[in-house]
Amino acid sequence: MLNLNHLDMLQTKSLTYSYDGNHILRFPDITCQKGEHWLILGQSGCGKTTMLHLLGGLLTPQAGSVVVAGTALEQLTASQLDHFRGQHIGIIFQVPHFIRSLNVGENLALAQHLAGLPVDNERIKILLERLGISHKLNKSPEALSQGERQRVAIARALINNPALILADEPTSALDDVNAHEVAHLLEETASSVKATLLIVTHDSRLQSHFSKKIMLEPQQIHASL
Amino acid sequence: MNLLKLSWKNLLYKPLNLLLSIVLFALGVGLVSFLLNVNHQLEENFNKNLAGIDLVIGAKGSPLQLILCSMYHVDNPTGNIPLESARAFLNPQHPLIATAVPLSLGDSYRGFRIAGTTYDILDLYKARLAQGRLWEKDMEVTVGATVAGKLDLHIGDTFKSSHGLVEGFDEHEHDFRVVGILEPTGSVIDQLILTTTQSIWASHKHNALAADSLSQGHSTEHKQGHVGLVAQMPDSVSLRKAAQAQRLELMNHPGEQITSILLRFRSRTNIQALNMGRNINENTDLMAASPPNQIARLQTSMGQGANTLRWLAWVIVVVSGLSVFISLYSSLKERKYELALVRVMGGTRSTLFVLIILEGLLLAILGYVAGIVVSHLGLAVVAGYLERSYRYAFTSLKFLPEEGWLLLGSLAVGFVAALLPAWQARNTDISETLAKG
Repeated sequence: MLNLNHLDMLQTKSLTYSYDGNHILRFPDITCQKGEHWLILGQSGCGKTTMLHLLGGLLTPQAGSVVVAGTALEQLTASQLDHFRGQHIGIIFQVPHFIRSLNVGENLALAQHLAGLPVDNERIKILLERLGISHKLNKSPEALSQGERQRVAIARALINNPALILADEPTSALDDVNAHEVAHLLEETASSVKATLLIVTHDSRLQSHFSKKIMLEPQQIHASL
Repeated sequence: MNLLKLSWKNLLYKPLNLLLSIVLFALGVGLVSFLLNVNHQLEENFNKNLAGIDLVIGAKGSPLQLILCSMYHVDNPTGNIPLESARAFLNPQHPLIATAVPLSLGDSYRGFRIAGTTYDILDLYKARLAQGRLWEKDMEVTVGATVAGKLDLHIGDTFKSSHGLVEGFDEHEHDFRVVGILEPTGSVIDQLILTTTQSIWASHKHNALAADSLSQGHSTEHKQGHVGLVAQMPDSVSLRKAAQAQRLELMNHPGEQITSILLRFRSRTNIQALNMGRNINENTDLMAASPPNQIARLQTSMGQGANTLRWLAWVIVVVSGLSVFISLYSSLKERKYELALVRVMGGTRSTLFVLIILEGLLLAILGYVAGIVVSHLGLAVVAGYLERSYRYAFTSLKFLPEEGWLLLGSLAVGFVAALLPAWQARNTDISETLAKG
């Protein structure tokens, strides 16, 4: 059992994962406090996305533990984990995807509904305003630019005031201006809800924004016995 | 925002797929509903028009044709019978027969059949006068409610009849005059033009001479009484008396012919009465046909046709289910990422399952509603035609309990069609899908 400090928003221990049962990915133990912003850096193929999926409960580790806000993810049932993720973890992906049949506002409302929370249109408006895209409320996500879409994705990750925000290469598909703006917005909005922010990236443009960094080494891919 | 709204939006996102699924579904459901309604209303009409008639006597030929002609007025007569051989059945004193209604058929006016008969026919179909009075003299007619409505006939109007049931064909010389209009009964009498048997004889040229001699005392000249709009329905006792007098009068003309006689027995359990039909068929030149037997035969053969069509309709329903399946299944591939997103946002595996099932059910409900609307619109369109050819009032607004079962059947098809796609959606590997982007 893990001995938890209640300030630890995210703590992992001896996380391993294997896609094929032979090659085992080992991840460093990390501990992040409430409201901290971290970068997880590493070259392609070193398991960055795998680690993010483990932290977000999208993958089940082969061994080890992930504790988010005092809850050990591996102890939840599948549907409990889904509910927990919806309420406490916001995830942003490299290429923002949305439910195509819904407009921006409806996509955010769906995120509230699926997390088991009441739809709060006021909050949706305020959040979009803070991200500078309130005029896109009734637009289809397909009609937005890449930068605008990533902002809507940030809004979706933040809509339920999560404890933990995970971002997977959120800027690598954007140009310099948008990349810095999105990084800035991520920091700002995460701070505003006092969420712990973890960004997985190989984008060097982000390094100047963040002081706390974890390096994933390629040699951490091991062959099992 | 909820799952139902999401599934509805998902369907709307692919309008052409939606349309195809609904059209196919509506086709199947519509056909089933249409057949159910036509079959039900035909059956209901057939049964309603049995009118307690136990036996129909007419010229030898097809017994079914005799029944269809004499009771449902959809077929031509099998021929005529001489009154000479039929007079025994018309005798009010007959020990086995309670009511005998002679019919003289063969002429029509604008598609509606003119029947020369006695007042007893009113009792068979429980008909009452709405306006005017009953036919008394030759060439006077009392018309059924549908006839009056469709042909816009009023009391005092006159018209010429034509031979057969086809309009404008071989018109007769004589003018019929409307003296009364019946209340609607929902039975075949609504579609009949009623007059005296002698009028039919008189309107046929070859019988003109005989008719003139027969209708002495029925002279149209001096008894042309005033006909008011107020219904002058005789009470049942005097009606029955008048009808008996009419029958006795007919029995005085053994040289004439009528088409058929509708019989009601005094007792349906009397062995002699039950054997009457067979006796007539074996021992006379007449033919007797039992309406329930013939209608049962007809319904069996019609039922086989309807059954075949119903199977066809169900095949279409299954094909539409297949189209729902294919449409949902093929949409899964391009929606894989969206399904994973639903999980990221807190939806569970069951959420995905329910989402796809809802889409299948929604398609089924939409298809069902469209099908029922199409079927009843179709009924409304063909109601006129069916009314003409079957002489019954068809309604497009009646809904059958079977159509409720049809809804359950549709939902079942929608559910089954969505089952496999829903299961597939439930088992989406979210991490792999999201990692691929």
